[in-house]
Amino acid sequence: MARPKQPWIVRITHWVNVVLLAIMAGSGLRILGAYPKLGPVGEEYGWYPLQGVEPPAVLTLGGWLAGARHWHFAFAWLFVANALAYAAYLAASGEWRRRLFLPRRDLVNAAGTFLYYLRLRRAPPPQDGIYNGLQRLAYTGVLAIAPLLVLSGLAIYKPVQLPRLTALLGGYDAARVIHLLALLAIALFTLVHVVQVLLHFRTLVEMTAGGRAQEDVP
Amino acid sequence: MNRRQFLAGGLRGAGLVALGGLACDSERPRTGFLGLMERANERFQRALFRPDRLAPELPQEDETPEGEFPAYFISPRVPIAPAGWALTVRGLAARPLTLSLDDLRRLPGTSIRVRHHCVEGWSAVASWQGVRLSEVARLAGIDPRARHVEFRSFDSGYWSSWDLESALHPQTILAYGMNGAPLRPEYGAPLRLYSAVKLGYKMVKYLTEVAFLPSKGGGYWEDRGYEWYAGV
Repeated sequence: MARPKQPWIVRITHWVNVVLLAIMAGSGLRILGAYPKLGPVGEEYGWYPLQGVEPPAVLTLGGWLAGARHWHFAFAWLFVANALAYAAYLAASGEWRRRLFLPRRDLVNAAGTFLYYLRLRRAPPPQDGIYNGLQRLAYTGVLAIAPLLVLSGLAIYKPVQLPRLTALLGGYDAARVIHLLALLAIALFTLVHVVQVLLHFRTLVEMTAGGRAQEDVP
Repeated sequence: MNRRQFLAGGLRGAGLVALGGLACDSERPRTGFLGLMERANERFQRALFRPDRLAPELPQEDETPEGEFPAYFISPRVPIAPAGWALTVRGLAARPLTLSLDDLRRLPGTSIRVRHHCVEGWSAVASWQGVRLSEVARLAGIDPRARHVEFRSFDSGYWSSWDLESALHPQTILAYGMNGAPLRPEYGAPLRLYSAVKLGYKMVKYLTEVAFLPSKGGGYWEDRGYEWYAGV
């Protein structure tokens, strides 16, 4: 079966996710601004370099704490629903095989591509399918962070009613740290992702229009 | 469903959001789409709630250092109890009560040391001594029609309203002591609501009245846009 490089469900969930992630990050940073410290009162974590530093207003959404909380808890469900639609499609269509990082197929290629980016290798290794190994590693990594983001958020939202989840993450204040670190990881991914897309503009066209049909669909 | 149907459905949904009063208004976040989702989240939180699920009791060494436990009130100065203070218990109750602090201290007492979760994001720990609200409700003989509880204070009209299930949770108490000492004025003396299952702003300090009512009320912060249910 021939399928475009980016099937329509992938394109829609990708761009919906861009909007939802921006809403979640902006409202989340506004919520953080109400108490921009990590650790329980009187025992703030010494390793956190930004204790007491409010996120810049330009990055926030919701205006004030109550507004931001309502945005965050309203759009969290849409974020989860969109992610589940994407995951269900990946599983049902077999797309996961050409998108996710499979060590036996991708590990050597990922290392080779990394060396190429570091200019320690003259040519990139030959690409197998729609992505190179390093792309698959990055995309799979950011997909793995999503559940952590949602679960740590649930633990902060309902620390008493979800006691096992909260304990698993190390308690309320540790879950808050994990939630922020997961956001940081996604922000770093997004930064690199946007730079790469600008350097390889064709991928932006494909993620919007679909791209040429590929015959290598599993 | 094909792509055309999917897109048509999405456009219809977006049109509804734009036209049907389902806007997202940060200034009035309990209205529109955000308000709709608050009510959905209330149902989610009520479904998660178990009346017999207890928040973990914490050891004494987890207590927040003396004086560092944040103290919030809305009056310009620490509210001081009026002379002859007493708690009124009224509403859908067979035996409305007026309880002095001594009356309350004579009731079966309890002590809880649990994590406090503030809407702002901080957490802190103290131990709280008092009487379970469920014990007071039993003494007052509350009516099955009572579904909500309103708490009033002498802190410039600060108040809140709760669902009955959270109010009758074994870790929801009327507290007259903190960390083994009498409750200090900045923490809500002579009597405050304390609970393991709500955010801090639901725990009304400087209590004057507890009313068991059939319908949902508002509250000082709730009327300004904060969530009504606010469970943790």
